Amino acid sequence: MSVVLVDAGGTNIGSVRYALQRLGVDAALTADAAAIRAADKVILPGVGAAAPGMARLRELGLVDLLRSLTQPVLGVCLGMQLLCERSAEGDTECLGLIPAPVLRFVEAPGLRVPHMGWNRLETTRRHPLVDSLGSDDQAYFVHSYAVPVGDYTLATADYGGAFSAVIARGNFHGMQFHPERSAAVGARLLGNFLKL
Amino acid sequence: MLSRRLIPCLDVRDGKVVKGVRFRDHVVMGEIVELALRYRDEGADELVFYDITASPEGRSVDRGWVEKVARAIDIPFCVAGGIRSVDDARAVLHAGADKISVNSPALERPGLIDELAAAFGVQCVVVGIDSLRDADGEWRVRQYTGDPSKTQALARRTLDWMAEAQQRGAGEIVLNCMGSDGVRRGYDLEQLQAARAICSVPLIASGGAGEPEHFRDAFVEADVDGALAASVFHSGAIAIPALKHYLHEQGVPVRL
Repeated sequence: MSVVLVDAGGTNIGSVRYALQRLGVDAALTADAAAIRAADKVILPGVGAAAPGMARLRELGLVDLLRSLTQPVLGVCLGMQLLCERSAEGDTECLGLIPAPVLRFVEAPGLRVPHMGWNRLETTRRHPLVDSLGSDDQAYFVHSYAVPVGDYTLATADYGGAFSAVIARGNFHGMQFHPERSAAVGARLLGNFLKL
Repeated sequence: MLSRRLIPCLDVRDGKVVKGVRFRDHVVMGEIVELALRYRDEGADELVFYDITASPEGRSVDRGWVEKVARAIDIPFCVAGGIRSVDDARAVLHAGADKISVNSPALERPGLIDELAAAFGVQCVVVGIDSLRDADGEWRVRQYTGDPSKTQALARRTLDWMAEAQQRGAGEIVLNCMGSDGVRRGYDLEQLQAARAICSVPLIASGGAGEPEHFRDAFVEADVDGALAASVFHSGAIAIPALKHYLHEQGVPVRL
């Protein structure tokens, strides 16, 4: 099985790559359209802001390519947000592959932004990606923007209300947390993606 | 609900983990990757590595061990020590660190915080603050605390600096209360409460943990998001799994 990591300039690429290596998969890091198209699985990692993230994908000429992929695709953190319609972060048009907006958390007493740390995942829809997720399983989040709950939501987490932790539509999937930094739970979810 | 984080802090000097008492007299505690893996296995929520010699000596963190840690562990970790520029930070983040923490260099040049936040997003940028109460009752910032002979007391008030750091783009604040550090009599709850009142980003308590109750007090009384400790974890005086069960029983949300 060939897995590629789209090199869109995020700083967590190394960590995602090491996590895949721990699962026995050597993922190539690439921005080459042909290599991405030919892969069995495509992962779009990302740390940073939405506007520079999309600008980078456009610069690399990857926007239409990513939209046309038919194999399983996984966006991680910002990568998941880029799969959505539009982000409130810099009012950025995203890839539009999952019909969801990306909104900023609203600060409130006791609700610090960024949402940073381990939070419990709750499965809301049966799907092979979230198969085996237990009711006490937690994942590591670091983000200030989030996707509201919708038809595309597979699992939620709660931070001043429920938001989407795992989403999917067709062959496009997203995890808002960092599976590469979510210990055994993250490894299991990444493993689920590799089995899709 | 977001869990409160337990964060072992590994002070790194010359490629080894060390710990001092009141920031002095450092003793070697062990190998970096070995300790990182041990804490990961015990259920640490995150790790912080401070290269305590980097800043006073004016050099940046050696990257080799950062990549080894990133390959070995699957929990988040932060690297601090001598990060003076966006390039220094990029090297550490690309080696696999999840966050970088700046302390003395940000005091030298506060604009560094703005630059780091613009380059990597606020979620990567932690500002560490070493603070001590002066004779007049004010908490003020200390600089270059990694080397006692170079440590400087600044005129800057701790809470003023904390407010400025957030405004410039700090995504998290680690407040190290030097007066309570290394003596295991509990976190400085008064100072942490004052900090919490003006801190709208995650706040991490540092300095003074000796008993499980100290962690509970920091979470419940001072409402901190995470508690950082070193010697009580390194020495085995407090085991993380037992501490988490205690906190859970006390009603503190933790990752079990």
